[in-house]
Amino acid sequence: MNFDFSDDQKLLRDQARKFLTDKCDRTVVRSILEDNKKNHSDNLWDEICSMGWTGTAIPEEYGGLGLGMLELCVIAEELGRSLAPTPFSSSIYLFAEFIKLYGTEDQKKKYLPKIASGEAIGSFALSEGNGTPKPHNLTSTFSDGKLNGVKAPVNDGDASDFIIVAANTDTKKNNKSLSLFIVDTKQDGVNSEFLETIDPTRPSSRIILENAEAELLGNIGDGWEIIERIFDRAAVLFAFEQVGGAQVALDEAKKYSLERYAFGKQIGSFQALKHKMADMYVKIELAKSNAYYGAWALSSDSNELPVAAAGARVSAIDAYHFASKENIQIHGGVGFTWEYDCHLFYRRAKQLALNIGSVRQWKENLISNLEKRNIV
Amino acid sequence: MDFNDNPKEAEFRTKVRKFLDANAQRRGEIVKTPTTAGAPESVNGEKAAHDALMKAKEWQKKKAEAGLAAIMWPKEFGGYGGSPIEQVIYQQEEHNYFVHSGYFEIGIGMLGPTMMVWGKDEDKKKYLPKMLTGEEIWCQLFSEPAAGSDLAGIKMKAEKDGSDWILNGQKVWTSGAHLSDYGMIVARSDPNAVKHKGLTYFFLDMKTPGIEVKPIKQISGTAHFNEVFFNDVRIPDSQRLGEEGEGWKVALTTLMNERLAVGDPPGLDFDQIFDLTKEVEIEDGPAIKNSEVRQKIADWYVQSRGLQYTKYRSITALSKGQTPGPELSISKLVTASKMQDVSSYALDLLDMHGYVIDDKNPAMNNLFQNGLFFSTALRIAGGTDEVLRNIIAERVLGLPQDERMDKKVPFKDLPTGRG
Repeated sequence: MNFDFSDDQKLLRDQARKFLTDKCDRTVVRSILEDNKKNHSDNLWDEICSMGWTGTAIPEEYGGLGLGMLELCVIAEELGRSLAPTPFSSSIYLFAEFIKLYGTEDQKKKYLPKIASGEAIGSFALSEGNGTPKPHNLTSTFSDGKLNGVKAPVNDGDASDFIIVAANTDTKKNNKSLSLFIVDTKQDGVNSEFLETIDPTRPSSRIILENAEAELLGNIGDGWEIIERIFDRAAVLFAFEQVGGAQVALDEAKKYSLERYAFGKQIGSFQALKHKMADMYVKIELAKSNAYYGAWALSSDSNELPVAAAGARVSAIDAYHFASKENIQIHGGVGFTWEYDCHLFYRRAKQLALNIGSVRQWKENLISNLEKRNIV
Repeated sequence: MDFNDNPKEAEFRTKVRKFLDANAQRRGEIVKTPTTAGAPESVNGEKAAHDALMKAKEWQKKKAEAGLAAIMWPKEFGGYGGSPIEQVIYQQEEHNYFVHSGYFEIGIGMLGPTMMVWGKDEDKKKYLPKMLTGEEIWCQLFSEPAAGSDLAGIKMKAEKDGSDWILNGQKVWTSGAHLSDYGMIVARSDPNAVKHKGLTYFFLDMKTPGIEVKPIKQISGTAHFNEVFFNDVRIPDSQRLGEEGEGWKVALTTLMNERLAVGDPPGLDFDQIFDLTKEVEIEDGPAIKNSEVRQKIADWYVQSRGLQYTKYRSITALSKGQTPGPELSISKLVTASKMQDVSSYALDLLDMHGYVIDDKNPAMNNLFQNGLFFSTALRIAGGTDEVLRNIIAERVLGLPQDERMDKKVPFKDLPTGRG
């Protein structure tokens, strides 16, 4: 048994951590937090692209490095730790994976090299408003070669050159009525408006499509099935971001509890706080182990992936939510000031808990996949 | 990242499987009865208890003949001379078979290794082989009525009388004392010294005059543990392990081995409640179709598998030659509360009939009714939830230790309250 990353992958982790410590300190994160017209840190994004991270899991023939998904998991954890304000996840975990797995040869040649080099940014648009997005309640449509609808929120939508949009192609709406389309944002029929969100460091937009030109991705009617598969893959990568963020929230809670004195001693010596931090540690360890299992399933193309991904996501959402809220609690009064960084983790934890579907949905996915597995 | 053994591990696993296939029956289904660490139940009638013990001894003897009775013991005492990873592999494999065990873990896992470190050569030769074959059972006499989590607070008096020691006092929570031939004990030899300094460690024959064993009936109605009373129990100084006043050091050797000795957690987990939700009907049909039920059990799935994969990560660390750290403390902490929550929720699903311990038509063999009680013991035995959180906070996270009132004061001057 070798349930661990390889030495090479650990080396990559060390390099990535050092790089992000240098290039993505909290002033970089705050520069996006405090400027709501800014998509992401251009400097940081350029540096990340020139390191080749964007091409990690894209095959060499399409301009990538041709490494595997495990390497991408390693990078994801570091991005999560540093709260990196970049469109990495939208462009790589989502857009690139859609094209890599479901694009035609022409589409792969057209999009992947640009995504791998960072020349273009991609994202994915599903939700249209409050409530759980499902084919039957989506109103975006594609007919006569034109795409119409309003999508919100689209994470990194404003920064995107290309967006994959889910729209119904059949008036009878069901799981076979949804299809996916690639939209070039540089056309009159596509407009974007910034949305105010709980986590401005990961900006989102409303994307308005009016008779937009679009090209089909995958087969007509396969949209929902494709989304489920891509979300399973992305859930593992996001879980690593969440575990990374949760770990730093715990580290910072611990650090503060050792610096702050009350009643004549370090507050970190009080059992109420020690036990709270022990509970944070336990949840993070469980989430990390579930994420490792997800990484294994993802990298080995195992049919365990739906269960492993849901397990990783449910566990990671729980760990990050708990670690980020208790980090504020341990900081006391300063914990809810703008000045201290606790809120950055609290915001990101919730953004990541919702971005590809809430924990409710993923628990449901988990149990229904376990039921299917039992029948097989 | 993969789940395969390396060639040496695979070879060992094949060997173990071959032995088990030839000598034991493989489990065909999910385990529906919780197993317990330490000695098995003793109130199901004396004959049943005696039969189970005899079967366990028989099985232990077979393992010993195959050289597999104590994977990590050196060959000179009949062990396999294996590594921690081989120990884990053996446990994993044996878990898949119906075998009677639970009597020898404390001896082989904790007390034997203590004697190897601190015992005289003639004692090792005399006692270790029979401990290994299961001919003789050993128990660990540590906890006392006023010293549980705070183990070094024990009061059992050890007074020197010529070349003998006289023991007076009481031990409690002693697993398997009623079945044991020998025991290892920590006692206070110097009440004027500070708490951790005045202790001395001995081994003794449980038939020594003056020892009285009384089983403790637990809230589950069963009795795994005992009270053991010592009334002028005379033992020779040759049965001392370690120096006079150094008993705490010896006790730490015993306790350090506890982590590796503890096997898989008992079988009351996600899989069992998942099965139940398919069997039981609630207000709107089978429980598994109800979305609140689905949301609820999903949490237990991720806890259960999270622990399993954490174990895989530990095994990986072991196979790379690292020693398991206090990280493993999370296992019992999570398992015990999960069992309590799962049991309680399962009874809610059974609804009004949930409190019935049914002989005629039990839901899953009354597993959850038993779990409701057994989990309370699991949250306390072998380190309470609170002690485990302290261990994680202090040893893993490096947070400050609690301020200690007992470090510099002679033991006899420490406040004890009503204890």
